[in-house]
Amino acid sequence: MTSNTNLDPKTASEIASHVEEPSQTELRAPRRSALNVLGWARENLFSSAPNTLLTVLAVSLLVWAVPPLLGWVLLKATFLGADPQACREAGGACWSFIEVKHRFILFGLYPHDEHWRPLLAMGLFLSAIAASCDPRFWNLRILAVWGAALPFCGLLMWGGLLGLTFVGNDKWGGLPLTLILATLGIVLAFPLSVLLALGRRSDMPAIRAICVGYIETVRGVPLVSVLFMASIMFPLFLPEGMTIDKLLRAQLGIMLFTAAYLAEAVRGGLQALPKGQYEAADALGLSYWQKMGLIILPQALRLVIPPIVNQFISCFKDTSLVIIIGLYDLLTTAKTALSDPLWRPFYIESYVFAAFIYFLFCFFMSRYSQYLEKRLNAGLKR
Amino acid sequence: MKRLALLATLALFGGTVLSSQVQAGATFDAVKARGSLNCGVHTGLAGFGAPDDKGNWAGLDVDVCRAVAAALFGDAKKVKYVPLTTQQRFTALQSGEIDMLSRNTTLTSQRDTELGLNFGPTNFYDGQGFLVPKKLNVKNAKELNGATICVLPGTTTELNLTDYFRANKMDFKPVVIEKQDELAAAFFAGRCDAITSDASQLASIRSAQASNPDDYVILPELISKEPFATGVRHGDDQWFDLVKWVVYATFEAEEKGITSANIDSFKGKTDPTVKRLLGETPGLGKALGVSESWAYDVIKQVGNYGESFERNVGSGSKLKLPRGLNAQWNKGGLIYALPIR
Repeated sequence: MTSNTNLDPKTASEIASHVEEPSQTELRAPRRSALNVLGWARENLFSSAPNTLLTVLAVSLLVWAVPPLLGWVLLKATFLGADPQACREAGGACWSFIEVKHRFILFGLYPHDEHWRPLLAMGLFLSAIAASCDPRFWNLRILAVWGAALPFCGLLMWGGLLGLTFVGNDKWGGLPLTLILATLGIVLAFPLSVLLALGRRSDMPAIRAICVGYIETVRGVPLVSVLFMASIMFPLFLPEGMTIDKLLRAQLGIMLFTAAYLAEAVRGGLQALPKGQYEAADALGLSYWQKMGLIILPQALRLVIPPIVNQFISCFKDTSLVIIIGLYDLLTTAKTALSDPLWRPFYIESYVFAAFIYFLFCFFMSRYSQYLEKRLNAGLKR
Repeated sequence: MKRLALLATLALFGGTVLSSQVQAGATFDAVKARGSLNCGVHTGLAGFGAPDDKGNWAGLDVDVCRAVAAALFGDAKKVKYVPLTTQQRFTALQSGEIDMLSRNTTLTSQRDTELGLNFGPTNFYDGQGFLVPKKLNVKNAKELNGATICVLPGTTTELNLTDYFRANKMDFKPVVIEKQDELAAAFFAGRCDAITSDASQLASIRSAQASNPDDYVILPELISKEPFATGVRHGDDQWFDLVKWVVYATFEAEEKGITSANIDSFKGKTDPTVKRLLGETPGLGKALGVSESWAYDVIKQVGNYGESFERNVGSGSKLKLPRGLNAQWNKGGLIYALPIR
């Protein structure tokens, strides 16, 4: 064992150098300096005066930032126990705040004893999303998956049947609400956006005018104002006493807003295709929808995966704006948990917790889009 | 342009998703027919209206919702809480989304007239004050000339502060921070000499964020008047009457010493006021359009004003506010029930 560990730095540097080396340098004679740590450092960190300066700066920045951060996050942090005083004395992060409040942050106003229902619904929802991401489900099976999952999620969330008590959607909150707003917003916006993009490129003036008008109008206003209009102005247009569900209003607002942005991304793909593709499809005698469905859209959408996923991620995070219309999404519950005077000083912990959850989802989307690009472009590689 | 998009939305989806139908101008009948009260509350203000760890609503303002439900249905639980932001609150009331607004709302003439609201009795008298460290040895606000003062931007708080210093020909340096928590953190870190906000807020900031709350003192002057009251829409006086007298009943019960715990022992007493309150002398319930036991239900299920105060913001709560202006009129406060007869 000991002899092994003694050898470690050398082998490690060998491996490192092997990985780090760009392929052209293999043509040169192997350098002895690359065989030890010092040599590697001289080669990569101190090769010139500016590089040396940058290295020193970077290292001092790390030394300055990392130990206090580690101390706050781990060493001085309080993890267990429902006592804010203990947190204050420890001086580090107060993760016991999360321990005490996590159920409220995750599920909001949903009745405490029924939390297993949104939890199960969320599990189902995420499984259905995971299935949709798997190429083996890219056929009619996916419809069956969602056809089964959505009603069951609805049953769990609303209840009122099979001995489950009824829970109105005014009590939904936290992560399930964020997931519902984002996923349904994205899933419903996508087909609408394709139609809008096709409409904008259409030869029929009326359809083109409607689509251009819609896209430009919605793109011209911020989401906050769309939500404000949906929640504050919209009810005033209705006859007195007639109300439309607040959650539904927000959901429609997010969907209509996202659709306009996605439509522009899709249009980019449509315009990027060579004209020859359109002409070839026409020459084959395909109808408009055959041409679009079989030839144009499969190529165009593949081209615009990065901007589309970009829009998805942005839509997911934008759902947090529903805070201004009093819906308890994940960020709002994290904020409301802070209204408890005992725990008010620990706002950083609350936001870090919410940010971590947002990051998990957004990072997954970003990685998945890279996988998707590779897979869909496999045919183009030689 | 936005209106166009909205009208399109309306045309597309409006027809299919309408819920609760309410007749214009008859809030009272609508609430009764619906069987539950839609009550607008704060999205999260400890002591006044906030969900607890289990998602149950609690607070002084929330208790008003519960009391009205108890009077109307005999069950304080028949409330649907609609959390509202500052911007939303009046529209929600105007559009009929809520039946009453019990959300830490200051009663002003403009809101009473232009916005088409009617306000019930004030259930909390607040005012803007100053919190200072004891070691500065400041005894009243007039000694704050030249001080650095932490204040939230864009609120009436900031305007009141400027007005007060101008009126007294004094100077101050504002430290303006957008978020309440960070503002308080800046104050306790010593970045300013004083912090200004509503007195109830100052008390909660002091108890929550000061490392040693006893090192800080709230100065005696209040530089603004902030009476918080319950609002209803214009156009249904019967509904307004009910909300008004439910609040007065909780005041009256405290004055008479009737609590949720001891109310049954008052049955059969000869005091005519108590007999009317308990519904033993009938007539009041009929006049309000509710059952004769309305006030009994309110006090039994929600408690009198004093109980509600102590439980939510007073000594029994985390805020530990003194009664101050919110004591009964015969104990030096402003809480004064009109005669219930």
